[in-house]
Amino acid sequence: MAAIFDLHHHAQTVHWHFLRVPVADLVVAAAMLIVFVLAIVLPFPGARRRSGARR
Amino acid sequence: MSAGQAPTTPARTAAESRREDRVDVAPRGPLEPLPSPVFARSWLYLFGAATVGALVVIVASGLVLALKGPLWWHFTGVGRFFNSIHLWAVELFFFVIVVHLWAKFWTAAWREGRAGVWVTGAIGFLAAVPAALTGYLSQQNLDAQWLATHAKDAFNSIGAGAFFNVTNFGQMYSYHVIVLPLALAVLALAHMRLVRRHGLAPPLAVEPRDGSSNAGAPADPPHAPSTGPVA
Repeated sequence: MAAIFDLHHHAQTVHWHFLRVPVADLVVAAAMLIVFVLAIVLPFPGARRRSGARR
Repeated sequence: MSAGQAPTTPARTAAESRREDRVDVAPRGPLEPLPSPVFARSWLYLFGAATVGALVVIVASGLVLALKGPLWWHFTGVGRFFNSIHLWAVELFFFVIVVHLWAKFWTAAWREGRAGVWVTGAIGFLAAVPAALTGYLSQQNLDAQWLATHAKDAFNSIGAGAFFNVTNFGQMYSYHVIVLPLALAVLALAHMRLVRRHGLAPPLAVEPRDGSSNAGAPADPPHAPSTGPVA
């Protein structure tokens, strides 16, 4: 990862009241939320066809 | 269906009929995959399996690291490769287990006698956190020493430092390669065994409101292929 990103600096953090969260952790949390929403809304391959065939 | 119309037989291909007939009569072993109900045809139901997959990679790569030792995982190319596999499998494990946790929480997956499934999963997640922490403390480098000197204050502040000394490498390594993986494996196996026994928790939308059985997913026995409608 160090070959891709420049790691020669202090970690960037976000301050909000008593919370201090590294930006990297926020990015991971946002990615988890995005994946969770996509898992809900994206159609599963074959689900519509198979459920239609059973009716 | 309009009144007076004769019920129609569900259209199934010959291959589907043969497969489902075979599933209905064949005895199943403890490791044989079960047919999944219709509501499980969703991306949301894949994250539990993804968690198990990541755990298998973690254990396998961890076994190799433990056999070869820190000089190998720090100073050889193949060793660093396995070290990275172990690290990123852990990152993936926590990513997918959190999404799995959200999915099960928002579908109230502890319903209908599945409290044991929820409890074993929750305790397993709690066991995974110190398993990862002790791994960071077992690296045998400055990073591990840095983390240990910071973590000791947190553990001392809650009174756990007397018996869980994060600056004691031997103790942390033992926790990381024996105690916590064993606990996690037992909990994961119990979790999966209970899932097989009780079946997947159906979506809330198809739960019968009057408590009686209906044509929806909850009425299906856990090991039978469901014919209920998609929510």
